[in-house]
Amino acid sequence: MSQSLYVATRKGVFTLQRSGGSTREWRIVATAFLGDNASAIKHEPETDTTFVALGHGHFGVKLHRTEKGWQRWQECAAPSYPKKPDDMVDVEPNSKKPLPWATQLAWTLESSRNGWRLWCGTIPGGLFMSNDAGDSWTLVESLWNRNERKEWFGGGYDFPGIHSICIDPNNDDRVTVGISCGGVWVTADAGNTWQLQATGMRAAYMPPDRQYDANIQDPHRVVQCKTAASHFWAQHHNGVFRSTDHAATWTEMTAVKPSSFGFAVAVHPHDPDTAWFVPGVSDEKRIPVDGQLVVTRTTDGGESFETLKNGLPQHHAYDLTFRHALDVNEDGNVLAFGTTTGSLWVSENSGNNWTSVTTNLPPIHAVHFA
Amino acid sequence: MATVSFTPNIQRHVSCPTSEVAGNTVREVLDAVFENNPNARGYVFDEQGAIRSHMVVFVNGRQVLDRESLSDAVERTAEIYVMQALSGG
Repeated sequence: MSQSLYVATRKGVFTLQRSGGSTREWRIVATAFLGDNASAIKHEPETDTTFVALGHGHFGVKLHRTEKGWQRWQECAAPSYPKKPDDMVDVEPNSKKPLPWATQLAWTLESSRNGWRLWCGTIPGGLFMSNDAGDSWTLVESLWNRNERKEWFGGGYDFPGIHSICIDPNNDDRVTVGISCGGVWVTADAGNTWQLQATGMRAAYMPPDRQYDANIQDPHRVVQCKTAASHFWAQHHNGVFRSTDHAATWTEMTAVKPSSFGFAVAVHPHDPDTAWFVPGVSDEKRIPVDGQLVVTRTTDGGESFETLKNGLPQHHAYDLTFRHALDVNEDGNVLAFGTTTGSLWVSENSGNNWTSVTTNLPPIHAVHFA
Repeated sequence: MATVSFTPNIQRHVSCPTSEVAGNTVREVLDAVFENNPNARGYVFDEQGAIRSHMVVFVNGRQVLDRESLSDAVERTAEIYVMQALSGG
C-alpha cells in the first residue's frame, strides 16, 4: 500500500497519496465528513482502522471509524464523562467557571502497538482508554481524581486539555501525556498510577516564584522518539524543551531561531537529536516572524537550529500551524505540515525543500502519515 | 400525548422522527423518546443529562428554562421542538 497522508480540518477529512512515476505529486484521493469539524485522526496500522473525532457545534463530540478503506464509516462510542457527584466543587482555577464533566473536544487519539488499546485526550482534561477499538471508553480516574488536576487551567481554551499522548514504543503500559495547562504526566503501569514529570520546564507567564511549578506548565505539544524512547521534545508556550531521561527532567533550548514560540513539533523516528518546529512570533502575535513561513530544524539535540524556507512563502505569509498539524513519516525523510489558512506543504528531503500541495483546504487541525 | 419534533439538521447524523410520547415534564418526555432511540440521546444531552449548550428545546413555543433537570411542565397535548441554537454556529 502506498503511503497515505490524512488531513483533519475544520470542515472535513482528506486523504492524500503520492502518485507514482516522474511527477510524484501528492493528491487528494478521498474525502470524508465534508462540512464537519474534524479535531483528531488516527490510523491504526495493525488493524488498518482509522478513527476520526468530530466536534459538532450543536450535537457534541462524536467518534467514527472505518476499516480497510474509506467508504464505510460508522459511528462508535465517544469518550463520555461519568456523572459528576452532586456535592463536588470543580472549577477552572482562573475563571472560576464550573468545569463541565462533558467532553468539549476530543483533542488527540493514539493507539498501542497491538492496536487494541486506544487513548483519547480531551478538554476539559480527561484521559480516556478504550480496550475494544472504540466500542466503549473509560475515563482514567487515577489521573482525573488527582488533587493536582483541579489546578490545571485552560490555555487558549476555557478549560484544560490533554493534547499529547506518547505510548512508549517498547512498553505499551508506559504512557506520557502533555496537558495545557497541567505539565507532563507519566504512567508506567497502564494508567494505574501517575507521576508529574515537568521538572525543568519554565512558565514565563507566571510570577517568578512559580515559574518552575511543574503542574502549571503549558507544553503545547510533546513527542517521543520511536527508536530512542527516553528522548522527548516539547514545544512549550514560551520555549523549546528536551528530555533525554524519560521525561524525568527537561532542559530549555536557548539557541532557537527565529522564535521559540509555536505549537507543533516532530521528532525524527530514528535520530532523537533531530526535530522540527514551525515557529510563530509569540503568544501575542501568532503569525510567522516577518511574514515569512519557515520550519525550524535541529540535528544536534538542540545545540543549534536551522531555518528551513525553500519552497515556503517568504512574503506576507500569516499561516499558523496547530500542534497536531506537523508530522514526519516512519523513515524520517518525508514531512508534512498544514496551517490555519488551509495550506499544506510536503518535504521529501527532511525539510530542506518544501512543495505546496494545496492552499485551498479548510483550516487544518492535524496531519498524519499512515 | 406530547408531540416531539427535531431539527432537520440532526437527521443527517441520526434519524429522529417525530413521535408522540407521554410525560409530565420535559425530562420524562425526552427520556421516553430516547429510550426508543438511544443513539440520539448524546446528540441532544451531554454526559450529565443537561441540554447541550447549543441546543434549545421549546414547549408550545416557550423555550425550556431548566436546561439541567428539565423540570419544565408539559401539558398533555404539548408540542415540543428540539432545535439548534444559533450560538452554535
